[in-house]
Amino acid sequence: MTKSYPDHKSEGAAGAELARRDDATEARKRADAPGQPSPVEESGQLVAADRPDQVAFEYAPAPESRSVVHLQPSYGLFIDGAFVEPVDGNAYKTENPATEEVLAEIAAAGLEDVDRAVEVAGRAQKEVWGPMPGAERAKYLFRVARIMQERSRELAVLESLDNGKPIRESRDVDVPLAAAHFFYYAGWADKLDYAGFGPHPAPIGVAGQVIPWNFPLMMAAWKLAPALAAGNTCVLKPASTTPLSALLLAEIIQQADLPPGVVNVITGAGSLAGAALVAHPGIDKVAFTGSTEVGKDLQRALAGTGKHLTLELGGKAANIVFEDAPLDQAIEGIVNGIFFNQGEVCCAGSRLLVQESIADTVVERLKRRLATLRVGDPLDKNTDLGAINNAAQLEKIRELSDAGEAEGAIRWSPSCTLPSKGYWFAPTVFTNVSQVHRIAQEEIFGPVLSVLTFRTPEEAVAKANNTVYGLSAGVWTEKGSRILWMAGQLRAGVVWANSFNRFDPTSPFGGYRESGFGREGGRQGLGAYLDV
Amino acid sequence: MSDERLAVRKTYKLYIGGAFPRSESGRSYVVVGSDGAFLANAAQGSRKDVRDAVVAARKAQPRWAGATAYNRGQVLYRVAEMLDSRRSQFAEAVASSEGTSQEEAAASVDAAVDRWVWYAGWSDKVAQVAGSSNPVAGPFFNFSVPEPTGVVGVVAPQASSLLGLVSVLAPVLLTGNTAVVIASETRPLPAVTLAEVLATSDLPGGVVNLITGRVAELAPVLAAHRDVDALDLAGAPASLLVELERAAVTNVKRVLRPGAAESDWTEAPTPRRMLAFLETKTVWHPIGL
Repeated sequence: MTKSYPDHKSEGAAGAELARRDDATEARKRADAPGQPSPVEESGQLVAADRPDQVAFEYAPAPESRSVVHLQPSYGLFIDGAFVEPVDGNAYKTENPATEEVLAEIAAAGLEDVDRAVEVAGRAQKEVWGPMPGAERAKYLFRVARIMQERSRELAVLESLDNGKPIRESRDVDVPLAAAHFFYYAGWADKLDYAGFGPHPAPIGVAGQVIPWNFPLMMAAWKLAPALAAGNTCVLKPASTTPLSALLLAEIIQQADLPPGVVNVITGAGSLAGAALVAHPGIDKVAFTGSTEVGKDLQRALAGTGKHLTLELGGKAANIVFEDAPLDQAIEGIVNGIFFNQGEVCCAGSRLLVQESIADTVVERLKRRLATLRVGDPLDKNTDLGAINNAAQLEKIRELSDAGEAEGAIRWSPSCTLPSKGYWFAPTVFTNVSQVHRIAQEEIFGPVLSVLTFRTPEEAVAKANNTVYGLSAGVWTEKGSRILWMAGQLRAGVVWANSFNRFDPTSPFGGYRESGFGREGGRQGLGAYLDV
Repeated sequence: MSDERLAVRKTYKLYIGGAFPRSESGRSYVVVGSDGAFLANAAQGSRKDVRDAVVAARKAQPRWAGATAYNRGQVLYRVAEMLDSRRSQFAEAVASSEGTSQEEAAASVDAAVDRWVWYAGWSDKVAQVAGSSNPVAGPFFNFSVPEPTGVVGVVAPQASSLLGLVSVLAPVLLTGNTAVVIASETRPLPAVTLAEVLATSDLPGGVVNLITGRVAELAPVLAAHRDVDALDLAGAPASLLVELERAAVTNVKRVLRPGAAESDWTEAPTPRRMLAFLETKTVWHPIGL
């Protein structure tokens, strides 16, 4: 791709800029085929600044149109196949974190609403969805997947509006993966006997599912698709700050004519609606994705109830770069690892472990690369980093970053102008980090990278495993045997070799240790929704 | 003078890190048979004994998990051989502990040996059944392998002193985990004898650690211990379940609750107990020239 550097005499800066963008589009098309998401290009093709004299290109704004989304002034709860007002009429507002503009008024479910949702879900499970032949369930789920694909642009724009993530990511990652999840699990619905869980595996019953705000639609798909395929019915509680895509998914489920009560979506506060849902005696299975702190509360609340439980919790992943790593790819992988989705990713590569001999080079190149990241309007197709989802999260990122400085780590961010309204945090790198620093131990859930070094593979393993978490890890080296040795030593549920933040419906995802238990995705993900 | 030879009685001790210590607390308790007659004094383990056992189990875990599955299978099969050669001794111990007839006890011991053999054979197969290669939409070789959870705390069944114990212990071991077992409180003697078998079966010290004593005193310590990764509550009394599950939250332990179906340990096992103490690790490896 060096051929299209902007100093092409014949084209001038503007022409070259267009050329670059076309290249990037082409690269994405290639990487995507067939349907493979590419969160951030790892090939280096989007990188313009690997040469020392290079600065970021000035891109003209390329906003995605909002017109595809038809926001309603207010949204009800989705219970028994219909949108209904909450019994006590409470509501709250959801806003665009990039502008603080109010997007819509959202129903806040109360105890009676939770009761009703669980009740209709129980009835639907016993009378309709459970007894239904798997082949019929499969066809419903295929319908959902197809409508998600048909309405993908709408879903993507809505997701970026409500969450603050770049449209490039919601369009290329969140939405395609969510649809793919339904497509994958649809096919399992009539093949459960062959899934390896013994003959005639039975569904568990009614699943209460509580999901986070970082991947609102994708998390909904990860929860609903396997549960429904296995014959369970669902009551889904989206995060309070990101309810819109789940409500659009509910509309899609209506369009697909799923029997009433099979999927119910209740919006509202986690502390009220979420807590009431998981504690409800009519719930047989609880699936939660979110913080380790809340996950522990939940596990404690469920003690002795006999309810099935799976937890996908926090992480503090090590991204380990050896001196023989393919550095161009590794730099892109580090960036993708921690700045994908503003770092609001439970499996984010938030601890860079780099071999001492190349540490200076890697940090220098990383900084140059970061200088080219574009932070801003989530709906701009050139944007690399969008807004932080909510004010509380921004405060947490600030607090931990300040603690990093206070504890003696060296803080660096590229110069970038952040919008005056909304919740923003510049990509940040900490060097001189020691293992005891809070920024090396606690999950920041933001665009903040802590750099540590190691000398030997054994030391890399010891440092990588020196955490209570165990969700994911990355290993960068050209040596295949070392990759597999490292993969065996790392106490983490997902290990990405010479890559990071890849997801696929066929690929089991989930953590070791305090990152939770149970898997989502793949054949293993079905087990979380079968009574085995 | 009687012609009958005076028996040399056995001292029943704990089994920690491959050794047979008394409880550090110096305590013991009286174990009686089903008829109420004195059988022996067993060591009454303390919370410190539990913690020592966890340290031993943690220390032994990497080597045991790192052994080849074939090797683990061989060691476990060797345990079955040792068990089998002492069937009559176990039958006697089970009969006096459980109050069953000699025939019933013998059948129970036979079943325990067979169960151990069944599980031993799984060691180099469970990864093939629980693992997968995953056809991701991209240029990656993506595979999932089951790995041991780590150190598993086991509250052994209270009634079934040998068959029940074997049924919960073998699935923990074959998957590469190490165990800290709290033996049946009132019927601990077959468990201690099993420990003697384990100690002479090529099983590395620390892979199994056995504590006898009061379940209500010991189990909460095990359940709350931050270096225990998972908990099998098979033999936990119902009155303790909520407390133990709550204690397990400290480090998000995986908890296998007692199942109704499992009260009858003569039923043929399924892979369920093995899968409960396995983690799935998924590796993405790029494919390219």
